[in-house]
Amino acid sequence: MRGFHYLKNVATVRLDQEVCIGCGRCLEVCPHQVFAREGKKAGIRERDDCMECGACALNCPVKAISVDAGVGCASGMINEWLREHGFGRGGGGSCA
Amino acid sequence: MARIATSTGWRERLGAWKVRWGIGRNSFIVPPGLYAIGHPTPDDPVVVTANYRMTFDIIRRALAGRDIWLLVLETYGINVWCAAGKGTFGTGEVVRRVAATGLARVVSHRRLILPILGAAGVAAHQVAARSGFTVSYAAIRARDLPAYLDNGMVTTPAMREQTFSWYERLVLIPVEVVSAMKTILPAAAALLLVGWIVAGPDAGIALAFGLVGAALTGIVAGPLLLPLLPTRSFALKGTFAGLAWAFCFYRLAGGPSWSLPLVIASLLALPAVSAFYTLNFTGCTPFTSRSGVRKEMRLGLPAMASALALAGLLLILGGLA
Repeated sequence: MRGFHYLKNVATVRLDQEVCIGCGRCLEVCPHQVFAREGKKAGIRERDDCMECGACALNCPVKAISVDAGVGCASGMINEWLREHGFGRGGGGSCA
Repeated sequence: MARIATSTGWRERLGAWKVRWGIGRNSFIVPPGLYAIGHPTPDDPVVVTANYRMTFDIIRRALAGRDIWLLVLETYGINVWCAAGKGTFGTGEVVRRVAATGLARVVSHRRLILPILGAAGVAAHQVAARSGFTVSYAAIRARDLPAYLDNGMVTTPAMREQTFSWYERLVLIPVEVVSAMKTILPAAAALLLVGWIVAGPDAGIALAFGLVGAALTGIVAGPLLLPLLPTRSFALKGTFAGLAWAFCFYRLAGGPSWSLPLVIASLLALPAVSAFYTLNFTGCTPFTSRSGVRKEMRLGLPAMASALALAGLLLILGGLA
């Protein structure tokens, strides 16, 4: 993404090229062009640009991609933590 | 089936403005189902979207002058991106809505056009297996749909690239301010009261002003100045913005007359508050990752809490005067 880059070396996206069939879906669904074509397969172009939305893994028909995807907002994660530790009001935040 | 208008006027604009400020957001919805734009035939394309009213209005405006089918999913009034993250804009709902609307009998082709940001909730190959409809991910922004349709349904690299312009950040800020004020205003009132009792009205007002300013710095200035603030970390970006606020506050609130502990307390507490709110903005951005936010929270939250505790201690020890 032009002009914006988040923390380096944290993104969890992984691609198993052995399993990849080169359908190109991951290139279509990634909003940050993390993947690029490498010959007949997909390859990871820039892992640090990944926002872990999980679209690539979900749309990979052969499960060649894994990523720890999920809600990545601080208040959502604080609420999650509070709930897990027994003090929470349940939902919350503005994201319904 | 409902045929919908594609021109939107002051009513839609007012509605959009209200939800941007957090007014009536939970009832800004459209009934899910199949809608007709113009006079579509069985050969015309089907565009899939969420039932958040603002999304629906943007889509139908973008498709003005065309004959097209619009399949609105039940996302409980949440936009495509957030609903995909929660899974309500998801494989199951696409399959269910295709069946419930009898889409296969309405159109002769077997192709659905989805927004790219919906892909986080929809597995295209599973939709194909379960409904017989193939999924094409068209573009990120609704305004690119006309070009996509005129381009023989081919996505250009630009349509696939996420942006986060100054204006795209600006429109997200009001609702953040409104929701944060529910915590900040009571806290500011408490500071005002304590400061007033201990050291007089001026001290109370200064404390409350410092807090509200630091929070607004984190919520408004942090996001707007995002690419200009140093480092990749949102907590550090917020810290820098908060330090700038601490400097302004020092000038505005009679800093030269403060005791040293008071100066240090303001340099600790104000950036910590701004840092928290700018870190919180990660939830509104389209490029921060869960692992990154987790790392920032693990390092940042204890640092912010320590800074606030230390500042409180300095205020008590140093006296508020």
